[in-house]
Amino acid sequence: MSVDILAIETSCDETACAVVRDGREVLSNVIYTQIDMHTEFGGVVPELASRAHIDKINYVVQKALNDAGKTLDEVDAVAVTYGPGLVGALLVGVAEAKAMAWAAGKPLIGVHHIEGHISANYIEHPELTPPYLGLIVSGGHTHLVVVKDWSKYRILGRTVDDAAGEAFDKVARAIGLGYPGGPKIDREAKNGDAMAVHFPIAHVNGSEYDFSFSGIKSAVLNYLNHAQMAGDSVNRADLAASFQKAVVDVLVEHTVRAAKDLKIDRIGMAGGVASNSALRAAMEDACSREGFELFIPSPIFCTDNAAMIGVAAYHEYMAGVRSGWDLNAVPNLKLEER
Amino acid sequence: MTILALDSSGLVASVAIIAEGTLLAEYTVNYKKTHSQTLLPMLDEIVRMVDLDKKAIDAVAVAAGPGSFTGLRIGSATAKGLGLALGKPIIEVPTLAGIACNLGFVRGLVCPVMDARRQQVYSGIYRFEGDRLITVRDQVPVSVSELIAELNGMDDALTSEGVIFLGDGVPVLREEADRMLSIPHAYAPPHLSMQRAGAVGVLAAQLYAEGHFVPAEKHVPIYLRKSQAEQQRDRMKGKKSGNEPAESDLISVQVEAASKVVEELRARAERNANESCGDPEKKSEGSDGESLKRES
Repeated sequence: MSVDILAIETSCDETACAVVRDGREVLSNVIYTQIDMHTEFGGVVPELASRAHIDKINYVVQKALNDAGKTLDEVDAVAVTYGPGLVGALLVGVAEAKAMAWAAGKPLIGVHHIEGHISANYIEHPELTPPYLGLIVSGGHTHLVVVKDWSKYRILGRTVDDAAGEAFDKVARAIGLGYPGGPKIDREAKNGDAMAVHFPIAHVNGSEYDFSFSGIKSAVLNYLNHAQMAGDSVNRADLAASFQKAVVDVLVEHTVRAAKDLKIDRIGMAGGVASNSALRAAMEDACSREGFELFIPSPIFCTDNAAMIGVAAYHEYMAGVRSGWDLNAVPNLKLEER
Repeated sequence: MTILALDSSGLVASVAIIAEGTLLAEYTVNYKKTHSQTLLPMLDEIVRMVDLDKKAIDAVAVAAGPGSFTGLRIGSATAKGLGLALGKPIIEVPTLAGIACNLGFVRGLVCPVMDARRQQVYSGIYRFEGDRLITVRDQVPVSVSELIAELNGMDDALTSEGVIFLGDGVPVLREEADRMLSIPHAYAPPHLSMQRAGAVGVLAAQLYAEGHFVPAEKHVPIYLRKSQAEQQRDRMKGKKSGNEPAESDLISVQVEAASKVVEELRARAERNANESCGDPEKKSEGSDGESLKRES
């Protein structure tokens, strides 16, 4: 008997719903992105995100069921992201999922957003099974973890300040590229010289696998200020490429070092920033040089989506995890806390 | 006709089941726990307590706003999830009209107020003909002084029986009302001065009978205020500023409704003077149904 899970994800600015079979097969994957709405404000406005979620959620859920050719009665469980993320945004998905599961008499499974990103790799890489090293990089998160077993993680490092994607957004704004920063810097950097400006790779004292990106961001801002005061013109493409290289270098360097230290030869990368072409290329280079096997989801499964939540929920479901009707949104939920 | 009613617009969480005009169950908690943790367990509890078959539910009523944005969305998302799963419509009950229904049959004006922060209250002005709610002035955010001036300025035909305030905004306005209000006024006792899903459900039954319900996917909360980011943008662009609600969120029947009510009361006073044998319970025909309809 197969297990079909309906999953909902509303942790940030994507209203998403999917139906996933047996934690591998995506029967449907619907995403309503609010990106145009937030672009006007130069970033995600939490209250607007929450309003858009409640506006669109039923359409998104119904389409996911229709695309999968399923009714709610035919799915085996309802899963939902309950953290981390924007609390108001999370609450919409959590309340909707709870009400649906309750009314339809289905079990409810609360899923950790990062666990969802990690699980995205299982969709297209059936050969990938724990243990392996996971690097999750997105607009809100930067985590280096050992995936010890299904749903079991050990965090090696994380950002101590900005997430990698956040740094992209802030620098993009500073150099006039606008929101969203990730794809815009990626595109701009293709015409630039990554060696034009040297930005320092930040290391965090005492925690060898942690990341810090606010230093790189400040270095870019300082560079811009100095150039402005000196009346020098700034080559935006060079700056974008140089900044991107600094971020990519530190992500790759930490990942490779951790893999060597722990003698793990498989690496799964995920999250929105895993779509960045420079990061993909640099990680592929490093892995082939070191003889590591690298797994990266297609871009559609890198961005926030509900299919990855359905995959993560499957392993929780099989392990007997069930959430109560009092499930709450937890904006700063830790990966080990579930 | 079985209605499941929810109100999570303020601090109070309240759920109720109304079947064939009977309040089967109501569960109300006025405590600081988040609605996300209380609302569905409470619903689960009362449904089990009265052995309700979920498939027998005909519609889901929700206090649709105004209120705390997050609280409203928890109620709305719950209602939408129920509506989707059960294939049933949503009855959007204006929060203040729902609170007013705690005082059905009262003579005179009923003025529910909710604390809207920024020295404002969300308020509506209502009256009853028997158990039937009539909107004198629809719900809007106003300052306390504006509300008091508005009540003081109302036609004697409307205010002669005085006004009763209720809701969590009472502490915000009480001192100023006692000082400045020139019409008789009183405050509802605690058990009637809060959101009650029973009252929401009773009003919902009336709205449903009048055809006021929406498919679950169409329902969104009635915020009455734009987000801070939009307000700021509008100020920068020199548009209408600040606390004014979005045009699309406003109901345009206010003035008209109030003047109709005054005309009606005058006409009735004249009728009563001419023929003293009129049926006092007889409901007047006319504009009543319209005044509750949210124009979208």
